[in-house]
Amino acid sequence: MSDMDRRVHAHPILDDLREPDTYIWYHDTKIPAVTGEPVAAALMASGIRVMRHTVKTGQPRGIFCGIGRCNDCKMVVDGVPNVRTCVTPVREGMRVETQQGLGAWRDEA
Amino acid sequence: MKTTDLLIVGAGPAGLSAALAAAQAGVRALVIDENQRPGGQLFKQIHKFFGSGVHKAGTRGFRIGEQLLKETLEQNVEVQLGYPVYGLFPDGRAVCGSPEGAQEIRAKKIILATGANENNLCFEGSTLPGVMTAGAAQTMINLHHVLPGQRVVMIGSGNVGLIVAYQLLQAGAQVAAVVEAAPAIGGYGVHAGKLRRAGVPFYVSHTVHRAIGTDSVEGVELVKLDNFRKVDGTQLEIPCDTVCMAVGLTPMVELARLAGCEMTEIPALGGVVPMHDENMRTTNPDVYIAGDISGVEEASTAMEEGRLAGTAAAEALGALDAETAARLKDEIRRRMALLRSGEFGAKRQAAKETIVRRCEAFEAGRQEEGERA
Repeated sequence: MSDMDRRVHAHPILDDLREPDTYIWYHDTKIPAVTGEPVAAALMASGIRVMRHTVKTGQPRGIFCGIGRCNDCKMVVDGVPNVRTCVTPVREGMRVETQQGLGAWRDEA
Repeated sequence: MKTTDLLIVGAGPAGLSAALAAAQAGVRALVIDENQRPGGQLFKQIHKFFGSGVHKAGTRGFRIGEQLLKETLEQNVEVQLGYPVYGLFPDGRAVCGSPEGAQEIRAKKIILATGANENNLCFEGSTLPGVMTAGAAQTMINLHHVLPGQRVVMIGSGNVGLIVAYQLLQAGAQVAAVVEAAPAIGGYGVHAGKLRRAGVPFYVSHTVHRAIGTDSVEGVELVKLDNFRKVDGTQLEIPCDTVCMAVGLTPMVELARLAGCEMTEIPALGGVVPMHDENMRTTNPDVYIAGDISGVEEASTAMEEGRLAGTAAAEALGALDAETAARLKDEIRRRMALLRSGEFGAKRQAAKETIVRRCEAFEAGRQEEGERA
């Protein structure tokens, strides 16, 4: 999954394209990331689309509004549940996990 | 508690333009925004804007955003980011979050420039990862330079749908279809033409019936419409990994409601909006509005409305004399009328005039009631 590269490397108008300069952890997989980009962008660039599973029926949810309004992209980030990944910038070595239901708090090892 | 003469909620094109107009009149505004970056949605607009020379026609949206931020810095306008406003009281107190925790801000005048929310559709599979708003896809490609998928079906052929579909092509995605429920393409011919020349199929009188997939979108089933009713047996499957919805926007009026502003419904501008007069002032005399909150239009009109609200608020605060204010406001209104001309603009112009007329009728009724009491 992490071999997939959905980054835009060439563009007729945008001239500030950036290549990954850091990484985050998605469960046990190291994912390349660009400093300052939202967690959701880094995941999407690696083809990861399921951010959480719903409380009652366990249905998958992913990016929907992309600007922090809809709450569909919430994940467990560094042990903290309900983090909106579309508006949360990546930090090197950050640990990101699919959220199950309401998510659970976890002490960082 | 913080105090300020003028509080502006929203650092998008309307809010920043309002702050600049106020600053030029000598009023130092405090601009707050829930986001981490100023500019609202302007920085994901990489297409060239329309209008005349005074509206920087032919300039790409994000360049206009860069210019706006430069002027904001030059005028020393204070912009505080990471401040979601969650309470607004009719007496001018705003309660908001901030990086330092909850805060109360007391302002003499407030300009609400909160923008709009994207609408969405409900259909089988509409919650699958891969189904998203057109704005989300646009944010991903133009701000973060990441493709939301490789093969996209766009639902809605208004200008947002057409522009984002073309920008998806520019970013390297395929656009498998643009789908429109009405019998004709909704947006400007110039945008639709670019897609047609690139070979993108259009499906008018069609809508999405369901999205197919288990963990994420694998395809979409369209269905033909006859006068907006689904025609049985006309389902048509298109393989894709992403479905984008560009089905209009709704003004974000929650804070205006909290401030006690009277509302009015105006479908041509996106639904319910706060009533406002020619100065963008609501029925709460201390609250002004500008941009999509006052009716969904474009960034260029939002900036003019911001200037108008900023100038009017500065006048109300005593920073401008009536004659100077009238001259400045007339100039802005003239430019705004230019933006609201043409086939699409004229409809918005008429809708805007309706809002102002309703506001005048409401104020006249309120005055009459006051005189009787």
